[in-house]
Amino acid sequence: MNKSQVLNTDVLVIGGGNAALCAALMAVEAGARVMLLESAPRAWRGGNSSHTRNLRCMHDAPQDVLMDTYPEEEFWQDLLKVTGGWTNEALARLTIRASSTCRDWMRSHGVHFQPPLSGALHVARTNAFFMGGGKALVNAYYRSAERLGVQIRYDAPVDRLDIQGGRFVAAYVGGERIAAKACVLAAGGFESNREWLREAWGQNERGEWPADNFLIRGTRFNQGVLLKHLLYQGADPIGDATQAHMVAIDARAPLYDGGICTRIDCVSLGVVVNQNAERFYDEGEDFWPKRYAIWGRLVAQQPGQIAYSIIDSKAIGRFMPPVFEGVQAQSLPELAQKLSLDVNVFMHTMNSYNQACHTGSFDHTVLDDCHTEGVSPAKTHWARPIDTGPFYAYAVRPGVTFTYLGLETDETAAVRFGGQPSSNLFVAGEMMAGNVLGKGYTAGVGMSIGTAFGRIAGTQAARAALGSTLEAAHANA
Amino acid sequence: MQTLEKLAREARSLAAGEWVPTEAESEAARQLQICNACRYCEGFCAVFPAMTRRLSFNQADLHFMANLCHNCGACLHACQYAPPHDFGVNIPQAMAKLRLQTYADYAWPAPLGKLYKRNGLVLSLALAAALALFLALAQQRVGDKPLDNFYSVFPHNMLVSLFAPIFLWAVLALGMGVRRFWREITPATSGAAVSAPAAAEATHDVMRLKYLDGGHGEGCNNADDEFTHARRRAHHLTFYGFILCFAATSVATLYHYVLGMPAPYELPSLPKLLGVVGGVSLLIGTAGLFKLNLQRHALQGDAAQKPMDLGFIALLFVISFTGLALWLSRGHTIMPIWLALHLGAVMALFATLPYNKFAHGIFRTASLVRHAVERRQPNPIGLGND
Repeated sequence: MNKSQVLNTDVLVIGGGNAALCAALMAVEAGARVMLLESAPRAWRGGNSSHTRNLRCMHDAPQDVLMDTYPEEEFWQDLLKVTGGWTNEALARLTIRASSTCRDWMRSHGVHFQPPLSGALHVARTNAFFMGGGKALVNAYYRSAERLGVQIRYDAPVDRLDIQGGRFVAAYVGGERIAAKACVLAAGGFESNREWLREAWGQNERGEWPADNFLIRGTRFNQGVLLKHLLYQGADPIGDATQAHMVAIDARAPLYDGGICTRIDCVSLGVVVNQNAERFYDEGEDFWPKRYAIWGRLVAQQPGQIAYSIIDSKAIGRFMPPVFEGVQAQSLPELAQKLSLDVNVFMHTMNSYNQACHTGSFDHTVLDDCHTEGVSPAKTHWARPIDTGPFYAYAVRPGVTFTYLGLETDETAAVRFGGQPSSNLFVAGEMMAGNVLGKGYTAGVGMSIGTAFGRIAGTQAARAALGSTLEAAHANA
Repeated sequence: MQTLEKLAREARSLAAGEWVPTEAESEAARQLQICNACRYCEGFCAVFPAMTRRLSFNQADLHFMANLCHNCGACLHACQYAPPHDFGVNIPQAMAKLRLQTYADYAWPAPLGKLYKRNGLVLSLALAAALALFLALAQQRVGDKPLDNFYSVFPHNMLVSLFAPIFLWAVLALGMGVRRFWREITPATSGAAVSAPAAAEATHDVMRLKYLDGGHGEGCNNADDEFTHARRRAHHLTFYGFILCFAATSVATLYHYVLGMPAPYELPSLPKLLGVVGGVSLLIGTAGLFKLNLQRHALQGDAAQKPMDLGFIALLFVISFTGLALWLSRGHTIMPIWLALHLGAVMALFATLPYNKFAHGIFRTASLVRHAVERRQPNPIGLGND
């Protein structure tokens, strides 16, 4: 490989996760020369995509691993609900429709789907699971990209772009300049950048810096360097820097890359108290898969950004086994002591809750009639007294999956400057997910957005690059 | 300090007759707890569906699951927690280490389990001793007699008196070992009896090597994250080649005793046909497995077991090679040498059979049968329904 080949290409893809790979594959399939720059070393390639497990898919009839139907309108309503309307309907519907047709293309690049995992039957209708999870998908895409001739470079963090008049000219990896006719930005959010998170969340009324207590569920490489650079260069922004896909995860999870296994799935089976040993939200508001994505934020608002999910032995075996053992005690006061909570307040909280439980017929598979009366906050379903030892507690902290602050875009995935779409700079994945997700989350939709916009961005970038080649050819003729 | 506490805890457990996990067991249990909270790999093989039927893993569970694992490598390459992640999840490696422990633990008689410690050396010594025996015998017996018939080198009765006890010993020792293993894992796998459908399924899974298909039919991993059928095919050639060679010997025995037709047999006789096809298949299969083993990704499986694996594969290769050479050299003066080499290699194989890699087939089959039984029982964890 000579140097001039390395340093210029038709389409430059910056990023190495699902959206970047989709863009690179579409561009190379369209006949462009493609180079992909992954900031991580090979062992850590794939960004947050390596931690994903499924794709939310619209379908009007049962399809291989997808049961029943999940029509466009239902998907849209689900999205509308979780975002509270904070979404771009045109782009959301584009994502939804794309999700119904992309899987054959994914399969052609080696992605395998499988029936829903045990313990995940609730999304069997709406989500197609990747066999082996997201890292298997990422591996398949990299293999396919290599076979098709995409030049892949690892350990290649881009720190700035040369943009002239809204047109991409070149990218810099350290001192190295890489020119390309078109570029796709798919380098992730800024969730791994602790300082930026701290600044975005600021100081709360208690004088705490909440983000200091956040854990990052995914890659450590999403530092948001390019996002910040693009915003500084005047690219139109979208979303709020404090909005993110955030769940409550085991407080003992590693700072980065804890992934799926650190989640705590027993919230709806018990109660959750904060550091003051008080309950703060309805644990049984809705099915857990529909509520897990709000608990990260709820815990972020509690003192010390920590909470404790408390269950008794009736709950054992009813939720996905946690990766770390819970704190176990034979009595509730003993449990409070082990958690360093005020025993009196804790017992008051627990006794009030237990006495308020109006136990009907417990059924975790439906919104049952077990609820509390006369306690605040209420627990509206699956409320059973916590009275059967041994008792267990899991400390939870906010776990950030990805941030929503990004670049505004349109149906062509173009980056926009002052309302004008760039003719050769495109964006996909977490860097633009905020267009569809202003807030909230629903399982598998991140991959739907990444796949849809990655493919659009790759196609558009190839068109921009090859179009200019054609123009040049005409000019020379 | 922690070590001291750990030692004290172990001592108490030992005194109470409780299970004190070995390092291989603790590591497998640690990793499975992570896997059980993730479950992305459920579609690959039998290990993960078996895992989801459990919330914790006792000794019998671990021994059962270690032998369900085929070291296909799919879960290693797909794992978000594989090294360099701090969790260091590497199920193929943890299971391989524990499998070796189970071969040693269940070996009969128990003291001979130690032979798994340096199995490459054991195989080499067994081969050297057996070769020496047959070369010495050959030298003693070969005078100026014509050498067209190998019974003129080693009389039939001498071969029977040498091989029959060794073969019967191997069958007995393997049988006793797997019997103990079966008794241990049966209560841990629902305790239910083997039904005909379960037996049929397990037989199918063994014969087809189902769990080297990757769950998606594209094969297993070897050198990297690419899927390949090469290992499955090489294993089929080896396994079925071995079966054909064994069948050749069995048919020849029948010819000898029942039909009164002593060897040698020539093509197109049944024993020769089976032997030649089996021998060629074994030759190609073992060459393939050897190459694939050397090319295998450094993290896939337990590198410390390579001497055992490669030694066993090489021994099978030597058997098929010398067997074919013996046939091709019939009527030549060199034939007795090939005969002595072939018989020496066969004897080394059977003498070490209950204490070499051969055990994997027996223990894995037992686990696959128990898995086929267990998965037909209701899941004891109601989780999937919630």
